[in-house]
Amino acid sequence: MSAAPILVEPFEEPERQREAMVFGLWLFLATEILFFGGFFFLYAVARMQDPDGFARGGAHANLLLGTINTILLMTSSATLTIAERAARDGWMRAARWGIIFTLMLGTAFLVVKGFEYREDLAEHLFPAAPDFSFAGETGATRFWSFYWFITLVHAIHLTIGLGCVARLLWLERQGTLARRWMVAEVTTLYWHLVDIVWLLLWPLLYLVGR
Amino acid sequence: MRSDDTGLLAREPGETSYLTEGTTLRSWLLSTDHKRIAILYAISITGFFFIGGAAATMIRLELFTPQGDFTTADEYNRLFTLHGVIMVWFFLVPSIPATLGNFLLPLMVGAKDVAFPRLNLMSWYLYIIAGIFTLTALLLGGVDTGWTFYTPLSTLYSNSYVLLAAFGIFVVGFSSIATGINFIATVHLLRTKGMTWMRLPLFAWAMYATSLVMVLATPVLAMAMLLICAERLFGLPIFDPRAGGDPVLFQHIFWFYSHPAVYIMILPAMGVVSEIIACEARRRVFGYQFMVYAMLVIAVIGFLVWGHHMFVAGQSPFASMIFSFLSFVIAVPSAIKVFNWTGTLYRGSIRFSAPMLYALGFVGLFTLGGLTGLFLASIPVDVHLSDTYFVVAHFHYIMVGGAVSAFFGGLHFWWPKITGRMYSESFARFAAITLFFGFNFTFFPQFILGYLGMPRRYHEYPPEFQVWNVMSSTGAVVLAIGYLMPLGYFAYSLLNGKRASDNPWEATGLEWTTNSPPPKHNFLEPPVVLTEPYAYHDWDEAPGGADETTQDEPA
Ligand SMILES: [Cu+2]
Repeated sequence: MSAAPILVEPFEEPERQREAMVFGLWLFLATEILFFGGFFFLYAVARMQDPDGFARGGAHANLLLGTINTILLMTSSATLTIAERAARDGWMRAARWGIIFTLMLGTAFLVVKGFEYREDLAEHLFPAAPDFSFAGETGATRFWSFYWFITLVHAIHLTIGLGCVARLLWLERQGTLARRWMVAEVTTLYWHLVDIVWLLLWPLLYLVGR
Repeated sequence: MRSDDTGLLAREPGETSYLTEGTTLRSWLLSTDHKRIAILYAISITGFFFIGGAAATMIRLELFTPQGDFTTADEYNRLFTLHGVIMVWFFLVPSIPATLGNFLLPLMVGAKDVAFPRLNLMSWYLYIIAGIFTLTALLLGGVDTGWTFYTPLSTLYSNSYVLLAAFGIFVVGFSSIATGINFIATVHLLRTKGMTWMRLPLFAWAMYATSLVMVLATPVLAMAMLLICAERLFGLPIFDPRAGGDPVLFQHIFWFYSHPAVYIMILPAMGVVSEIIACEARRRVFGYQFMVYAMLVIAVIGFLVWGHHMFVAGQSPFASMIFSFLSFVIAVPSAIKVFNWTGTLYRGSIRFSAPMLYALGFVGLFTLGGLTGLFLASIPVDVHLSDTYFVVAHFHYIMVGGAVSAFFGGLHFWWPKITGRMYSESFARFAAITLFFGFNFTFFPQFILGYLGMPRRYHEYPPEFQVWNVMSSTGAVVLAIGYLMPLGYFAYSLLNGKRASDNPWEATGLEWTTNSPPPKHNFLEPPVVLTEPYAYHDWDEAPGGADETTQDEPA
């Protein structure tokens, strides 16, 4: 059974407070969906204007590292969900290890992404660089502009997510996570969104040229 | 010490209010009390209002004569960009929601605070950080792209501080998203006992509809601004036509936010005006449910009309026809509101108090602004009027004549509640009338200028336009007096104003049942609502008489 939650202003009942936190976070997720929606709209229009150019550019994306990262993130979603359920049911050891695994997997994603960026740069795939491989090819140039932009935006979201998960670990060490498992619940919701965005980016960036 | 004559913090022995709970600067800057955050916002937006107003003053000075003698063309570009950016994002968007909305929404639904008080405080800090970015851009030399940041000018050609300003706008977006999330959650989850959805005051409904638009439109602006930053910072050619990019795509995502943003500015104004008119006419709001649905319909259809800004930007004519049609459709709920305000006045016993004068001014100016919007929504007329002063006059009628009049009206109406002091009614009436005449004097000539073909955004113009421009600049002086007067008598009222009773206007609504100014937690005990809103008279005196049906039990 879960421990009695800590109440904060202006709430008087735990159930109401949990409802508000989850509802508020879903509203925030709606803003995130519209934020990334603006990007997907631009991507769709651009690709429709030049599908062949996108395919030529996309063929050079690093499918292996992209796929490894997809697997890492999907696994981290599972570990964080386990941690959240465990915290709710008072299994604090399981919660702690779930959080630690999530932090490791998320960090691994960023490390792999860093190596991928290094390889992309070695292959001259940064559109603003003077030695850009596809200079003069409009479709491939746009593909790589989108690639750099959106993967960076995604990495920022993931970094913020890592900060939120690290806070859960801190709460766990303070011993208050059991009474504040709703924080774990909303963190998990955000983490899933970051994962789902990546799950959409994976085909758009890595499979579009295959 | 007697309480009547000792200034703002004076109180009866033992009486406390949100103003007396801590008087240090720290107790204000770290407060999570929605009422204090509202005051913080009110002070900061007033500052930005005068910065934006200073730019407007210089614009009107330059346009006094046909020659470009006061500023150069480049300085003029920077002036109107500054004016637009500051007024839209740092004044109009937060004006009513972040001040009156923050203060009143929890009171109106009978809550202790908004759902997420710390998020509310964070929203103010984000606003200030964003303001610092934008003001830095201004101090370094300004931005010359216009408030719309059209590509490729903003990304490739402009030699001004676009990056800083765009980033400031990106950040201020998060402040309005935070406010929006807070308000929606507050209305859903913190309504007190008996406060059903159809008993919510129209101001609360207006905040709800506005928040929906804030939450769903602002992220798209954030994406647009971030793309501009990426293009300028990293050189990623996203909108660069030489790299196959499409500058009109930027306009699509920009207006996907910026048209709904008009409703972020005008829906709160509609809420304020509904409250004032019902109270000062002593009538129930005519067609309350229609008023609610009209606001929600405006919020939704507002998302479907953005293409009317691109009739002459090379958009497909079929798209233009659909956008034109939908822009006409959105006039229907707006007209419903105007008719219902008029209907509310019918058989009312009308008090021409200062808030009422502002509210009636709003109805007139909003109607004129809305009707000229229909001219612009019709494609053949728009081809002639696009980018002329007709457009400038049209949106100033909505955003200044409408939104700012309502903001001032609301400020007067709830001033006794917020400060616990009365202001000078005769000065306030005089200011309201000055503002109305000054406004029309400034902007009506601009309709004529636009019709005659004077384009916007030029610092010089042919001499035959001078007479209208002189009129407009003279009117701006009157308008400025109308804006400055309240500063004076409000300041006087803080220091020497008469103590306000809890309900000086004999208005309905929960905010009037608590003390003026309200205690820290708003109500001494949680209020219970037993009647429908605006119970200013019995139902059998309403149009339709005794057989009028309601869902609520009778008052
Ligand atoms: Cu519009």
